[in-house]
Amino acid sequence: MNTPLIEVRNLKQYFPIKTGLFKTELLKAVDDVSFSIDAGETLGLVGESGCGKTTVGRTLLHLYEPTAGEVLFEGEPVTKDNLPKMRQKMQMVFQDPYSSLDPRMTVEDIIGEPLDVHKLFENKKERRDKILYLMNLVGLNAEHATRYAHEFSGGQRQRIGIARALAVNPKFIVCDEPVSALDVSIQAQVINMFEDLQVKLGVAYLFIAHDLLVVHHISNRIAVMYLGKIVETGTADDVNYTSIHPYTQSLMSAVPIPDPDYTRQRKRIVLQGDVPSPLHMPSGCPFRTRCRFACDKCAEAMPPLTDRGGGHQVACWVK
Amino acid sequence: MDLKIRRDENGNPRKSPLSLQLNLSKFNASMFEKATEEEKRQQDVMSESTTFFKDGMRKLFKNPLAVGSIIVLGLILIIIIFAPLFVPYSYEEILSVNGVRDKGAKNLAPFTYSKMEQQYIEAGGTRFPHIFGTDEQCRDYFIRVVYGTRVSLVVGFFASIIVLIIGMLYGSISGYLGGKVDLIMMRIVDIIYSLPDMLIIILLSVVLQSILQFKPGSFLDSLGTNMISLFIVFGLLYWVGMARLIRGQILSIKQNEYILASKSIGAPTGMIIRRHILPNCISVIIISTALQIPSAIFTESYLSFVGLGVQAPMPSLGSLANSARGGLQSYPYKLLFPALTICLIVLSFNLLGDGLRDAFDPKLKR
Repeated sequence: MNTPLIEVRNLKQYFPIKTGLFKTELLKAVDDVSFSIDAGETLGLVGESGCGKTTVGRTLLHLYEPTAGEVLFEGEPVTKDNLPKMRQKMQMVFQDPYSSLDPRMTVEDIIGEPLDVHKLFENKKERRDKILYLMNLVGLNAEHATRYAHEFSGGQRQRIGIARALAVNPKFIVCDEPVSALDVSIQAQVINMFEDLQVKLGVAYLFIAHDLLVVHHISNRIAVMYLGKIVETGTADDVNYTSIHPYTQSLMSAVPIPDPDYTRQRKRIVLQGDVPSPLHMPSGCPFRTRCRFACDKCAEAMPPLTDRGGGHQVACWVK
Repeated sequence: MDLKIRRDENGNPRKSPLSLQLNLSKFNASMFEKATEEEKRQQDVMSESTTFFKDGMRKLFKNPLAVGSIIVLGLILIIIIFAPLFVPYSYEEILSVNGVRDKGAKNLAPFTYSKMEQQYIEAGGTRFPHIFGTDEQCRDYFIRVVYGTRVSLVVGFFASIIVLIIGMLYGSISGYLGGKVDLIMMRIVDIIYSLPDMLIIILLSVVLQSILQFKPGSFLDSLGTNMISLFIVFGLLYWVGMARLIRGQILSIKQNEYILASKSIGAPTGMIIRRHILPNCISVIIISTALQIPSAIFTESYLSFVGLGVQAPMPSLGSLANSARGGLQSYPYKLLFPALTICLIVLSFNLLGDGLRDAFDPKLKR
């Protein structure tokens, strides 16, 4: 088997939280997550708010120092020492196109910043040419180069953010909910652009989102997270149509389908209760407090991810 | 789960009979006309390109109080720069006519001449008028007020710049690094905050008087050790307010995703501070510096008034006001001129600072 582009092994990210004057507790934002992404592939990461999706993306890029576990890029572990080199190969597109662009910089300088940092140009002309090429690539006009970010709409701002990520010619981009701040018509444009860029440049994506339809559309494979753990992973169709984990099933039953007749017929699985606080995780399987099928075994130990055929892995004792 | 949409016999999505949605199957491409380039351009909704700075300046110049104070400060600056070129007297010169000391030119009222000068003018000589009169040592009072204003403004500017540089460096390091470094640096600030500043100025000027020796006639010498100790105190104590302010700003700017984006690009810390953080808190820095200047001028005037300011014969607005106290009953205008100048300068800077804040604070937009 070839080495995957990105391999994440037992990644853990705990944040110390002050709960009292002298007491600190660990918030397990990401707990023992492993997955891999091949070159040119898209892995969708879904889960509800606060389940650690964004933290996975940021820890993967070492924006947070991981508590434990390692990230391998083309078989080479990412460490503090080779981080500057790795930064050229792994990039990120942020969720909020309003706060992720510096209001005091022109588009040209925003896109040019990675070029400046990694000194990817010989002279001013080359820098400008590269910037114009990138702007063209994401569908921005050359005359926008001297404008400021606040003069653009959300979709255009997100394009600027994507151009900035592409500036270093990365092989892998973490897309942290890149379309959730945009309205639906713009979402479609931006998503199609992500797909076009993948075809053109062969980049791999870790596509973080909570919109299941969007993720299903863009991803080759999907991983479902619940409270810092991956509970189900497999091909997009497997996870969508033949989901096994009770949490995934309830997620999928909540997807709106634009057909009133069908919607009236289908059954919604409504979860009871709230997400437990990540500070006080339930023992064993974190989902057991809301699970319809929970049994004694679920309280004892976290179920491991087991293969249910064709790389479709599920972490559940019951199903 | 199944995402299949129900379709009718033609393969189009089935439509409810009550739906008001257009049936797109009735249209085809030939029925549509392509948009011209001009029509496409109309779709580009773009505001006029302005920078943050230009936008702020435009707002500043709409504020009548700020414009008024800029004009007042401009006039004062022009006067203190050019007046010494036109007025033939110097600030330490005791008036004399044809080389003879003019003993009658004591405490003259504005625009009057002494007896000797009147005789001289009658004999055909020309004499520059004493615009503010003269003081009790027969010196032209206007030029003394001009020099006093110069000293006060120089002290104001330099003290603010010292405060700005130290406060900015300290505050940005403390705010950016955060955590334990921030904790320790801010406790140091708290300690410095609690020191009594006046006491330290007085003690320092006493100590420095015996230590510092300047070349006679140099600029530092004419300012005197009191002024030097004032600068040192500003450098030692007064930067803490600025440091706190900038730290707070940086703490909030640091939360923005563009800082994280810059980190994910691989930008080094210094570059992030220079490129992203400082430009984004520059408005706060400008405003607080503009407000720092009058406070420094006040401190200097106050110290000169109690006799710890510039060394005689160099005047400052505070020492002029102090010496005018003696003849307050007979010559009230001698207090009026320096006091009025201080008021004008301080008021203008405060109004300008307020105007700058209104213009550059994005939260107070329009």
